[in-house]
Amino acid sequence: MIRWEWIASNVDQLADATLDHVVLTAVAVGVGFVISFGLSVLIYRNRRLAGPITGTAGVLYTIPSLALFAFLVPFTGLSFLSAQIGLVSYTLLILVRNIVAGLDGVPADVREAADGMGYGRARRFLAVELPLALPLIVAGLRVATVTTIGLVMVAAVIGQGGLGQVMVRGFNFRNDTAVYTGAVLIVALAVVADLLLAGVGRLVTPWSRPRSR
Amino acid sequence: MPDAPSRAATVEFRHVTKRYDAGGGGKRALGAVNDLSLSVPAGKICVLVGPSGCGKTTSLKMVNRLIEPTSGQILIDGVDAATREVTELRRGIGYVIQQVGLFPHQTIAQNVATVPRLLGWPGPRQRERAEELLATVGLEPARYRDRFPAQLSGGERQRVGVARALAADPPIMLMDEPFGAVDPIVRERLQNEFLRLQEELAKTILFVTHDIDEAIKMGDLVAVLQVGGTLAQFGRPDEILASPASEFVARFVGADRGLKRLSLSRVSSLELRPAVTARLGEDAATARRRIVGEPIPWVLLVDADNRPIGWVSGMDVGARGPVTESMAIPMSPLLNRRTTLKDALSMLLGADVQVGIVVDRTGAVVGLLSVDMIAERMRDTAGEAQYAGAATELVRDAEDRTDDDDADGAVAPVNEAVEA
Repeated sequence: MIRWEWIASNVDQLADATLDHVVLTAVAVGVGFVISFGLSVLIYRNRRLAGPITGTAGVLYTIPSLALFAFLVPFTGLSFLSAQIGLVSYTLLILVRNIVAGLDGVPADVREAADGMGYGRARRFLAVELPLALPLIVAGLRVATVTTIGLVMVAAVIGQGGLGQVMVRGFNFRNDTAVYTGAVLIVALAVVADLLLAGVGRLVTPWSRPRSR
Repeated sequence: MPDAPSRAATVEFRHVTKRYDAGGGGKRALGAVNDLSLSVPAGKICVLVGPSGCGKTTSLKMVNRLIEPTSGQILIDGVDAATREVTELRRGIGYVIQQVGLFPHQTIAQNVATVPRLLGWPGPRQRERAEELLATVGLEPARYRDRFPAQLSGGERQRVGVARALAADPPIMLMDEPFGAVDPIVRERLQNEFLRLQEELAKTILFVTHDIDEAIKMGDLVAVLQVGGTLAQFGRPDEILASPASEFVARFVGADRGLKRLSLSRVSSLELRPAVTARLGEDAATARRRIVGEPIPWVLLVDADNRPIGWVSGMDVGARGPVTESMAIPMSPLLNRRTTLKDALSMLLGADVQVGIVVDRTGAVVGLLSVDMIAERMRDTAGEAQYAGAATELVRDAEDRTDDDDADGAVAPVNEAVEA
């Protein structure tokens, strides 16, 4: 049964946990994106790197999260860094795949026209290919973000779980209200983040909106 | 400065060869070019035409160095293209491709202003130029500038592609099957509009097509290429139609060369018949007097700017009162001086009329053109040319006909059997 008075008296703690959750997610996705973007540019410039890079990211992705966090503790401790190493490595596969797919999806005729009109290589990448890859990049960010919000909960095992902590404590003290509240907030966080990113995606890709004629 | 007169450049291919390693097999790779030498004077349209794999697109792309030749030189205004900085070279060459390649994420105006942007023109001047060019290619700037390419039809996109290629007023344009992806009606209109545009622009244009009719229509010069990338013939369209240099060229231009030659003469080459006109609101009696003694008892009703409104029968013109619009019946097809005789003929036949109205750029009446006049031109030129390889062609025609007969013959008994 839900004890509403528990929620009322723990609002501050819940707010802190939510903020932690958001920060853990944002940092993980942010760092993951920067690394993935770099890797994708390498692949874009040298196709032969695609296999090794996505292969490695794929292997990282298949490691069970609990096991990974437990494995990291002897090296980096029960720290923010341990949590981030795990979380970031899970975003890589999703993000690299989507960024590469987005860049690959740029129509050949658009590339040819850009070359033919005298775009340099870097300029073509930044001004033509990257904007056109945005819809898929944003889609990748959405999946990565939602996935990470879920994984942050698991990082509670090394004391870094945000709302996951609330749930773990709930389990330990048989406090159902804490468990449910944590779960609901995590789901709400995921939904809000997804909608937010979808909105940003629409905003930065006005051309791909349904035609208004 | 923006108002500098548009300048055209010469383009010269000197022993240009492009080899592709055909991975083992002795077969020559498609798209190779073999020792191509030709020279395009400034301000002319040179069409590269040939079957697929003949190297025409390769030749085109070697001009803006999207493909680098294996050997030989391409001189633009006497300067070897290979010695120029590649992006700078390309920004000075208009480039139009079949799939257009508009940037989907940019508005139409931004797309048109691509090269000016690359050249670092100030923003307001880019916008001004984009709007000017949209108007030039017949797209109302206010309506189109803020749309995205996905919101345009194929024909509209193709116009934007041409506008974009013209944006920085390049002396040379490369056009790779620019009207290949639109339906025949739109293609025809785009071709005609482009020719009209070229009259003012006078760019040096290299134009690739696989369609011999398009080559004849668009080209001041036509280069026929054959597979393997060798130049089979280079000359004016009428030369190529009148005397194909080889069996290959004769076959490529087709058996209806005579009719095709009509597409090389334009309305301007004929002496037009003067039109008897009456201005809207003019006194009927005056108008009536003008028809007296004319072979055609019709008067062409025109507005204050001499633009045609319709035909009025001499019988409908009253003895008094003004000539009004209600007396007019719908018009004959409108032609202009650039319309080819082939198009004119088919327009007249299509509209089932004997006479077409020729108008100038403002739409004002210049004169009349009749089917008879075209027929006379055909008689004048018929038999003037002795076609090389004509004998083999006759034989082939005969064979074709036999084949057709056979096909008909094969079908007929089946039908009979079914009916029985």
